[in-house]
Amino acid sequence: MKSRTIETKKGTRCRVLEAGSGVPLVFFHGAGGLLADNPFLDQLAARYQVFAPELPGYGESSGEELLEDMLDFTLHGWDVVSALGLTKPHLVGHSMGGMIVAEMAAIAPSDLARLVLVDAAGLWIEEHPIPDIFALLPDQLVELLFQDAVKGQALLTGGVDFSDMEAFKEFYLGQQRRLAMAGKILFPIPNRRVSKRLYRVTAPTLILWGQADRLIVPAYAQRWASLIPNAVVELVPDAGHMLPYEQPQALVGAVSRFLG
Amino acid sequence: MRFTWFNLMPWPYLPDDFREKNRSVWVDIPSKLYDPKKGHFVYHQYMDQLEYAETLGFDGIGCNEHHQNGYGLMPSPNLIAAGLARRTSRAAICVIGNSIAGYNPPIRVAEEFAMLDVISGGRLVAGFPVGTPMDTNFCYGQIPALTRDKYKEAHDLIMKAWAEDEPFAFDGKYNQLRWVNCWPKPIQQPHPPIYIPGGGSIETWDFCLDYDYNYSYLSFYGYLRGKSLLEGYWDRVAKRGKDDSPYRAAFAQIICVADTDAEAEELYAEHCLYFFNRCLHVFPPFADPPGYRTVNTIKYGALSQLRLEAQKLMANLTWKQLVDERFIIAGSPETVRQQLEECITGLRIGHLFCLLHTGNMPDWKTRHSTKLFAEKVMPHLRNLWPTFKDDHRWWIQPMEDRLHPEEMQPGAEKPGQEWR
Repeated sequence: MKSRTIETKKGTRCRVLEAGSGVPLVFFHGAGGLLADNPFLDQLAARYQVFAPELPGYGESSGEELLEDMLDFTLHGWDVVSALGLTKPHLVGHSMGGMIVAEMAAIAPSDLARLVLVDAAGLWIEEHPIPDIFALLPDQLVELLFQDAVKGQALLTGGVDFSDMEAFKEFYLGQQRRLAMAGKILFPIPNRRVSKRLYRVTAPTLILWGQADRLIVPAYAQRWASLIPNAVVELVPDAGHMLPYEQPQALVGAVSRFLG
Repeated sequence: MRFTWFNLMPWPYLPDDFREKNRSVWVDIPSKLYDPKKGHFVYHQYMDQLEYAETLGFDGIGCNEHHQNGYGLMPSPNLIAAGLARRTSRAAICVIGNSIAGYNPPIRVAEEFAMLDVISGGRLVAGFPVGTPMDTNFCYGQIPALTRDKYKEAHDLIMKAWAEDEPFAFDGKYNQLRWVNCWPKPIQQPHPPIYIPGGGSIETWDFCLDYDYNYSYLSFYGYLRGKSLLEGYWDRVAKRGKDDSPYRAAFAQIICVADTDAEAEELYAEHCLYFFNRCLHVFPPFADPPGYRTVNTIKYGALSQLRLEAQKLMANLTWKQLVDERFIIAGSPETVRQQLEECITGLRIGHLFCLLHTGNMPDWKTRHSTKLFAEKVMPHLRNLWPTFKDDHRWWIQPMEDRLHPEEMQPGAEKPGQEWR
């Protein structure tokens, strides 16, 4: 994919990956950010004009100090869509990105075509408390994110050799920066009350969930579906929370069937 | 040189296998390990010790705030300080301090500290820590990346509430109060001495220097490890063009005094090891949530994996290591005097927080060590900073004609008689 840097009206600078042509689709990444390889984006680009902006605080994107709360994050999402010059794109969000696009769809329901939430954060069910991702050892995090922890570890670290102190340090600093930003909407409980606003969503919505998601269990898929007026749920087998990376083809298939 | 007797108030009944059975002494420590009936005796013993320290001539007595913590039984240090204010009349009451980013609204701290200053006759030293990530983020739910910003706002609100004579409106990002009107106000003017306890964030240095507050480095790892951090602080002091009064800085040090070095080991080893092995057993992710430390501080200090290594070190510490590497200063009065002189002059501190109760140390040993320190160590260290002997900028200014409530027997003045 190509990458370029856009500047939003508020003044953040965001790197955006883009590829493909056709109907625009904007993908919002989760708390860990985009990984080194994102095959599901490449595959989606065969059908759609795909944009994957990186949130400030992630990778080369900057201006994180300008975004502090959920409303800032939500408006930032729309500012990115504007800066890209898009009209009524499809919005797809994974995990924390799902939380952001759900808010975007609630606040400006007429400005998107269709909505896809993939293992989305943003709700809280008392019987299914979400593990505290800010209080985990690295191996515990991998266990929660992936159905297959061994493959997951390799995907997450992008093949960085952690015995190399400099490489470790760089990864560690990057991870601290990313999660510091994510913490503004996910800490201490990843719920900024989008549930109160979801009645406003008019876009047809697909709730896509990894059947083996141990971080945000599939009960949450049903909860999203009960709160969004026009939503369908699809569970993906052999996928954990990192569904887009564990089952890219299943994701692309489901999304393509839904968006048309 | 000033000395404050400080009690962290550890829970003394953590089981021998605490470390193996539990991942953390802090945040998610099993609450069934706490026994309120034993707690009754523990609180009174610890408060008695603080009062005892005053009678021995310590300049201050100190307490601090921790939550859900096996080595700190003071979620509200202000309650302890209130008790001390009623049973002492001379020593400074050092509350080091209230983690103001976690108070909602923080005007509560302005009010309670003012109450303490009034009850004590102007003896409060007011500490404003940013708060540890365990306390402020994991126990009290504040967002790590915004903690420092929220702290700053709480500080501004409290200081303005103390300074203003008219009600004012405060339109903060985190606190909106239409009518701020602190009542009561502190005795000490313009405000009680302010101490900023830091754990090692370099941003805290500039904050202290911006307002001329005392910087207190509270470490349990001793003065050899504290040296590089305090050197960084003093470099900053010089760069900012401030004078180098040692009273700008304070340091906390675990100290054990016995008649001989050998007796120190015999009396205190098990209690110090209890502290290092059990009380400092913290699940590493609780100590370092992303966003709490700035990138500059992370780059300046150790990476969190070093904290993991520190944890491993804690598991196998020996008395010899604790003493040789100066985690603690322990031994005969002469040994302790020598090492403390090195500590005080090496770090350039004017105020020492003396941790003379450690871990599960019983009362009699604590008093033994404290008395030896007061009689045979402290007098020899008093005049280490002769050129600054009149520098009281970071010290209390009590009322001259204050009450001495500890000398009054309840009922002595037949309260209530005038109502008959």
